[in-house]
Amino acid sequence: MATVSLTVNGKAVTANIDPRTLLVQFLRENLRLTGTHVGCDTSQCGACLVHLDGKAVKSCTTLAVSVDGASVTTIEGLASGDTLHPMQEAFREHHGLQCGFCTPGMIMSAVDMVNRRGHELDEKTIREDLDGNICRCTGYHNIVKAIAAGAQAMAGGSLKDREPPRHAAE
Amino acid sequence: MSATGIGAAVRRKEDHRFITGQGRYTDDVNRPGQAHAYFLRSPHAHAKIKSIDTKAAAGMPGVLGIFTGDDLATDKIGGLICGWMIHNKDGSPMRAGPHPALAQGKVRYVGDHVAVVVAETLAQARDAAEAIAVDYQELPAVVDTAKAIGAKTVVHDEAPDNSVFNWHLGDKDATENAFKAAKHVTKIDLVNNRLVPNAMEPRAAVGDYDAGDGIFTLYTTSQNPHVARLVLSAFIGIAPENKLRVIAPDVGGGFGSKIFIYAEETVCVWAAKKVGRPVKWTADRTEAFLSDAHGRDHVTHAELATDAEGKILAMRVKTTANLGAYLSTFSSSVPTYLYAPLLSGQYDIPAIYCEVDAVYTNTAPVDAYRGAGRPEATFVVERLVEITARQLGKDPAKFRMQNYIKKFPHQTPVIMMYDAGNYGASMKKALEIIDYKGIGKRKRDSARAGKLRGIGFSSYIEACGIAPSAAVGSLGAGVGLWESAEVRVNPVGTVEVLTGSHSHGQGHETTFAQLVSDRLGIPIDNVSIIHGDTDKVQMGMGTYGSRSGAVGMSAIFKAIDKVIAKGKKVAAHVLEADEADIDFADGHFSVKGTDRKLDFGSCALQAYVAHKFNGQELEPGLKEGAFYDPTNFTFPAGVHICEVEIDPETGVTRIERWAAVDDFGNVINPMIVEGQVHGGIAQGVGQALLEGARYNADGQLVTASFMDYTMPRADDLPSFDVGMTVTPCPSNPLGIKGCGEAGAIASPPAVINAITDALGHEDIAMPATPQAVWRAAQKSVNRMAAE
Repeated sequence: MATVSLTVNGKAVTANIDPRTLLVQFLRENLRLTGTHVGCDTSQCGACLVHLDGKAVKSCTTLAVSVDGASVTTIEGLASGDTLHPMQEAFREHHGLQCGFCTPGMIMSAVDMVNRRGHELDEKTIREDLDGNICRCTGYHNIVKAIAAGAQAMAGGSLKDREPPRHAAE
Repeated sequence: MSATGIGAAVRRKEDHRFITGQGRYTDDVNRPGQAHAYFLRSPHAHAKIKSIDTKAAAGMPGVLGIFTGDDLATDKIGGLICGWMIHNKDGSPMRAGPHPALAQGKVRYVGDHVAVVVAETLAQARDAAEAIAVDYQELPAVVDTAKAIGAKTVVHDEAPDNSVFNWHLGDKDATENAFKAAKHVTKIDLVNNRLVPNAMEPRAAVGDYDAGDGIFTLYTTSQNPHVARLVLSAFIGIAPENKLRVIAPDVGGGFGSKIFIYAEETVCVWAAKKVGRPVKWTADRTEAFLSDAHGRDHVTHAELATDAEGKILAMRVKTTANLGAYLSTFSSSVPTYLYAPLLSGQYDIPAIYCEVDAVYTNTAPVDAYRGAGRPEATFVVERLVEITARQLGKDPAKFRMQNYIKKFPHQTPVIMMYDAGNYGASMKKALEIIDYKGIGKRKRDSARAGKLRGIGFSSYIEACGIAPSAAVGSLGAGVGLWESAEVRVNPVGTVEVLTGSHSHGQGHETTFAQLVSDRLGIPIDNVSIIHGDTDKVQMGMGTYGSRSGAVGMSAIFKAIDKVIAKGKKVAAHVLEADEADIDFADGHFSVKGTDRKLDFGSCALQAYVAHKFNGQELEPGLKEGAFYDPTNFTFPAGVHICEVEIDPETGVTRIERWAAVDDFGNVINPMIVEGQVHGGIAQGVGQALLEGARYNADGQLVTASFMDYTMPRADDLPSFDVGMTVTPCPSNPLGIKGCGEAGAIASPPAVINAITDALGHEDIAMPATPQAVWRAAQKSVNRMAAE
């Protein structure tokens, strides 16, 4: 057994765990934060994506003990109380989800994308940058719209009627 | 139209829990004292099991129980069933081998279930499974669809030549005669590539047993929990229905793969009693690849006959369909009654004949995957039609319009009676959206840049709203395909709707509530939709075949009618009027010709308070149920046009434009409908360009993870231009046709027709990967150089 201490969604947690425990297992099973999902076990689909010290990681291939001392944000920690994060609102407004299983990873990935690439995201950038997240329901069409709108909203813009510029960077 | 009524793009009520991480999927369910199951699976495609030694494993830490097929047999747990009986051409029944939940004596595909270990933790169960000694005698495997019949290897003794059935539909003589009279015959050989559905949520199950009352509860990833309960009770023998509760909570996508009743859920619920603990199993992705029912896998030869003017005279089709190692729940219906009746497409074809050989192989079972038979049929029809137009030197859009069915109702030669449609309208709109007039210039521009540009059409039709019970019964279905609904009005006028449909991404909690809000004139927030629990909803047939709108909502519609009728009786007493004089509109009961009225909430309260009438003349309460059995299939249809550009140096195909014009009849929520179209197209593009499940000659699945099987990602796809035309469906009260499968049905031929247009030859198979397209493009480049 090994001891691991993390800050998860702003709360300090310490636990004694089997050293084989993956970060996603620790979140889901020890902390019962079941919003982070496992879709593929091989870092391909991004359903398990969380923020580790502010950066996106795939928690299905990260050992919990390897990130001892880190700060983790999951989908459950994204909203501020009852106020949803603008990216969460954007996914609802633009119908960027259907079954909802990939959605937590998609939203966490989208927020990370904005953090890295700014608020003005064109369609091509979003599609290429979203390469690490798989959705089987939406065909990505509305996810792309949601991320463009969410990115603007994170800068303080309005969510409504924001279409991503097509290939604006070209 | 109100802001939340029929036709409004209402934002989804269910989304809040999904975007905040509060969804409740099966793997999120944790029962007190829960143990974990791990399935030991066959590493061989085909082998006799000489012995299974579990002694060493049983003594390992945390192990609570190890079970094999013998233990199931001892407890008289029956095998998994196929619920659709197909008859051979000669009238004899199909040849089906047994399908035990845990193997008995033989394994028949890689991933077949050999034993289950239940332990305190999943890691302990895995470790113990490694210590189980299975002595296999390996046998040769039969893998290739086209070579299964008559192969030396026999998968089931019950089917000595690996033929499950040899079935046919249509008038063979009339078809042969039409071909003899034809001016032109187009011939093609096609493979409809094998796919893995890959819902993002892997299958999972939690079995629980309450020893006090003798009641089993199964939480499972199901599209149809009531059908699961029916099969687990009546056929597999877990427990009588009143002692078995099945709950399908939030389900993370299905696409058909979660219709079926699988070995793992059967074993988990049974084992919960054996070990006296709740038992949980969740598939990892490779287990999902190995053991989820796969889709498609057809090998087809097809021919189309036309006269001198280009009028289609007849079609003949010969298909071999791979059903895998065992018959999954609805597998036999897919390459038969969900396939051949769609071969008329949108066209007036006087004679059609189709013959299907269904075969056993040493591969995972094959069953319905989004579209189920209809994408396979559409691929045959739309490749034939496209190639015929090209061979006749006709514009493919005009050739289609020349042969479209123009009068309704239309009886095809293959069962279906199309009730309504306007195919030319969809084609015209799609041509406008794609800017068909500009394609010549766009092709020239691409050529100047060293690229190959092509445009491809697909005029699809599907039979949805599955289905009239008497009709499917006559064709071999073991169940009726109606739907149920119950509308419970609370004393304060809020409403709970219990539906037998199941939502796993379709947004029923919103769409169904829009219908109720619209018809009862109450706020949408006052309506809750309850589904997926056999203890709450009495009975239902579930969600597949684009049936939830056309069939599930029609049941709700009927139940609402009854609520309004009862409400009128209550209102008549309260308003002291004759029942015949009571009207209901905009949420109010009113007396004709007066200003006396009663709002819906007050009426509900009066129904429960019951002070204004006596119980002999009118029962208290306001709750009504209905079963709706459709009178016909519904026939969504449309035109999808795909425009691609190929880089002959890399073989990469980029989809540059996509126009989709669909006629789904009346639409409740256009936002949700468009979302269904987007997702369907993406899956069809996946089939056409990227996806292919591949077994090697030994029967090993070499594409068993997302690192080997190419799922469509955001940068593989364009944004889609989606338009609609509407001819209301005449056979249900809402005029709905259904939209869930259309995109996946329409898109593969649109993509391949576009690629072959770009290449200038027909020599490309699905998936048209960059490697395949590069090879094919070299021919085109050489030809262009020669010209």
